[in-house]
Amino acid sequence: MSARLYLAQRLTAMVLAFAVTVHLVTIVYAVRGGLTAGDILARTTGNVGFLAFYVVFVIAAAIHAPIGLRSVLREWTPWRGRSLDLAMLGVAAVIAALGLRAAYAVYAA
Amino acid sequence: MSAAATAARADADGQLTVRVWRGAEHGGFQTFQVARRANQTILDVVTEIQREQDATLAYRYACRVGMCGSCAMVVNGRPRWTCRTRVARAEEGGQITLEPMRNMPVVKDLAVDMESFFEKWRDAKGFFEPGETPANDFAVVRPDSPERAQADAGVECINCGVCYSACDVVSWNPEYLGPAALNRAWTLVNDVRDRGQDARLDAVSGDAGCHSCHSHMSCTEFCPKALAPTYAIAGLKRVTARRVWKRGS
Ligand code: SF4
Ligand code: SF4
Ligand code: FES
Repeated sequence: MSARLYLAQRLTAMVLAFAVTVHLVTIVYAVRGGLTAGDILARTTGNVGFLAFYVVFVIAAAIHAPIGLRSVLREWTPWRGRSLDLAMLGVAAVIAALGLRAAYAVYAA
Repeated sequence: MSAAATAARADADGQLTVRVWRGAEHGGFQTFQVARRANQTILDVVTEIQREQDATLAYRYACRVGMCGSCAMVVNGRPRWTCRTRVARAEEGGQITLEPMRNMPVVKDLAVDMESFFEKWRDAKGFFEPGETPANDFAVVRPDSPERAQADAGVECINCGVCYSACDVVSWNPEYLGPAALNRAWTLVNDVRDRGQDARLDAVSGDAGCHSCHSHMSCTEFCPKALAPTYAIAGLKRVTARRVWKRGS
């Protein structure tokens, strides 16, 4: 891992520590409070704060996860080099696309 | 008789069962019986086997006093300097299993080829770089300066390879420079006279470098000199990350 990837992984880890906590606490709070799916969508639809939070969350995850996955693959398989790096860029793109699509769907619903 | 004297006598009685790796990458264990003696070290046991039971046993040592770093082996599963390891501390119920160090090719029996280990010291720029023009004057380094303290903490390394044998990341990623080379690099990063810092920080970055360390602390657990390569490596991670942050590369 280069120093740049290392720094990116550490910085996104900090973002994720915060984002995951907010995410989980909100889920538990909403479920315990007895909110229905309709109630939740009513709160998220058109909510720019909600969208911004999840955009940041998804991007942090899309940067963080492939860097870790790359290290795991390098240690546990013989996969190295450019093909691995390109595949990890692909994983980042998939995570970002799926995550952003989901966040947008809940925002625009 | 004092308790210590009784213990010493008990120690001096009986036999040790010693299983010794024979061969190279492929091979097997051969079992020897060796008399227990007071204050015996693991190296004493190996030497006794080689001198009195089987002259073909290959192993390596030089100083016998914990300075040269040539006698390391895996003793009952743990990498150790054998000249400073007492039998009484390492045996398990009179049994001792001796294997060559991990992560280096076995030459024969208990002797490994340490060339890759030393090459990585060079690759990590683990040597002093004085720069193009020699300094005109003595550098003044205060003993209590933070840099000097950081360098002091790691400088007593004897190149024994125990940490390198203990590190799983070396097993998983054979290019990984390893704890000893990175520890040495860190002492030099803290040498205010050194003029090769940029090249050194480049050398210790990347997939072979400090960022691949998992902070398992095996190196720190087993280093016979009680050094802490894990913290040295953490220092390198810090300095290299700060460099990226500052200049974006
Ligand atoms: S702390 Fe790092 S260098 Fe030391 S044993 Fe663990 S992975 Fe290897
Ligand atoms: S750091 Fe410790 S274990 Fe590693 S080579 Fe140096 S003295 Fe041996
Ligand atoms: S023989 Fe020199 S350190 Fe053990």
